[in-house]
Amino acid sequence: MEGFVKVLKKLMRNPTSIAGLLLVLLFVAIAILAPVLAKPPYPDTPYQMPQNGWSSVPQPPSHEDIFGTTEGQYDIYYGIIWGTRTAFKLGIFVIGLALIIGLFVGTISAYFGGWVDEVLMRVTDIFLAFPFLVGVIVIVTMLGPGLNHVMWALVIFYWMGYARLIRGSVLEVKENDYVMAGRALGTPGARIITRHILPNSIYPILIQVSMDMATIPLTAAALSFLGLGAPVGYADWGQLVSFSRNWIISSSGGNPFAYWYTITYPSLAIILYAMGWNLLGDSLRDILDPRMLI
Amino acid sequence: MISFIIRRLLLLPVTLLGLTFLIFFFTSFLSPYQLLSAYVQDPRQLQGANVEKLIEKYGLKKNFMVKYGNWLEKIVRGNFGWSLSLNEPVIKVIGQRFPATLELTIYAIVPVIWIGIWLGVVAAVHHNGVIDQILRVVALLGYSIPAFVLGLLILFIFYGVLGWLPPGRLDQWAQMIVYSKNFHQYTGMITIDALLNGNIPVFLDALKHLIAPILTLSYLSWAGLLRITRSSMLEALGQDYIRTARAKGLSERVVVNKHARRNALIPATTVAGMMFIGMLGGVIITETIFNYPGIGSFSAQAAEQFDYSGVLGVAVIYGLVTIIGNLIVDITYALIDPRVRLG
Repeated sequence: MEGFVKVLKKLMRNPTSIAGLLLVLLFVAIAILAPVLAKPPYPDTPYQMPQNGWSSVPQPPSHEDIFGTTEGQYDIYYGIIWGTRTAFKLGIFVIGLALIIGLFVGTISAYFGGWVDEVLMRVTDIFLAFPFLVGVIVIVTMLGPGLNHVMWALVIFYWMGYARLIRGSVLEVKENDYVMAGRALGTPGARIITRHILPNSIYPILIQVSMDMATIPLTAAALSFLGLGAPVGYADWGQLVSFSRNWIISSSGGNPFAYWYTITYPSLAIILYAMGWNLLGDSLRDILDPRMLI
Repeated sequence: MISFIIRRLLLLPVTLLGLTFLIFFFTSFLSPYQLLSAYVQDPRQLQGANVEKLIEKYGLKKNFMVKYGNWLEKIVRGNFGWSLSLNEPVIKVIGQRFPATLELTIYAIVPVIWIGIWLGVVAAVHHNGVIDQILRVVALLGYSIPAFVLGLLILFIFYGVLGWLPPGRLDQWAQMIVYSKNFHQYTGMITIDALLNGNIPVFLDALKHLIAPILTLSYLSWAGLLRITRSSMLEALGQDYIRTARAKGLSERVVVNKHARRNALIPATTVAGMMFIGMLGGVIITETIFNYPGIGSFSAQAAEQFDYSGVLGVAVIYGLVTIIGNLIVDITYALIDPRVRLG
């Protein structure tokens, strides 16, 4: 706990890390306050963006829709607010599960070593033999599109990074005197892992989690953009961006700036969200990585 | 060294087998009828009473290992099934589109390596200075903008507003030339083919279409390479041999370029290799945005249209390229850094 306060104090000293922290807090607030900021017209299906009409042409910002509407008249403001919840939901679910799998594989691999380590690491290698997005697309194709399937697909192809990271940290910590001392005293293996090894390898994981809170929702948004993620009308940033595609390249021959709002607001939401987590992760790395203390 | 390479080569078939098994495992979610297109080469086979016979023949209602064995045998012979989204054999689609993707990635990776490493060195030398801070923010912005947003913004500005960089791979007139009889397609990479045919206008047209996808694809990567080079350069600059070099009275330029950078480049090499592989995944988004006909846009299209054999085929190719790419990276790494092959 004392270490945590120390880290927080260091974070508050650097303007970039303060900016990151504030951005993250802003989005956390938006996600929590979503029902207040954008009241769902149908409380049972809050993630379904309300449609203000049926026209296929986006409408510019007005008193009623302050960020304008997309094609099909989905309210952009509503989509961004509830899309924040979608992003957090995705991030927490995927990273949580990937972390559990990674902890399991990584600690077992490092602690027992030998052939257990060899087998587990070769299996990890096979999962790593795909570009991440390709693996996810294969699973989503087989399961069918949809946000739930995207979540599982992301978990299946995302745990390897954590497994390797945790294995590395455990290997490093394992050789320390206090672990040796614990062993010499006859402490059981599981207790050594949970009480001595894991708490001491927690910081690299923390940095990774912070970075991944940006990566995972962005990847899911990319899949929605490709038409493989959220169903049509679901509050999701990737889908909002994909709605803008046909309008900003001016296939209609008119002024391309006429539909600026369709891409500007959703893009801003995505970029600021990702920047918050990345700034935070980057600052944590600078504080916690001893190699950076030169 | 030789034993290191042999050890890695021996592991190759095991990894390949594991990979195909993993890919095929996910088809367990499919019904025999959905999976059948991955086994046939001719769409006429997919009609009428034939279907049941084929399902029987390939054991699609039997256990997993039978299905997998039959599929693997086909794959090894180069039969990747029939693509329902493009109405062509999958292997033919891949043969046509892979060179396009390779062309794009090669053009994208070269500037990344140069600019990324150079900027990383600059940032490290000016550690915590103004340049370092600026580069840090720019790099952060780099990986906070997802490729599909950046690509659309580039399309918006350079095509929608300015009309300079059109999507696609070639203009209409250039397409007529490239697919005419007089134009020999040696490699399938149009810029190279155009030069070999001595056709400069086609070369320039192909290049013009490549600029926007290259920008989109490489932006993320040079930010990453910058960071890696920066941190390994910082580590190198803190070493004793740097202090020795400075104490000897060597000029700062020699210290940075000769002593520190060489050692800092070792991790950068691996990362650059991994980036090339990462880019092969990144092309899915980039190619889709710019309507560029490579395997990336094909995989997205196939996935959207439930073209199971197409997705399976592309996944096998992706896995193959990645595994071979990793092997090359490992061997290069071992060649550069003696600690790896001795360890």
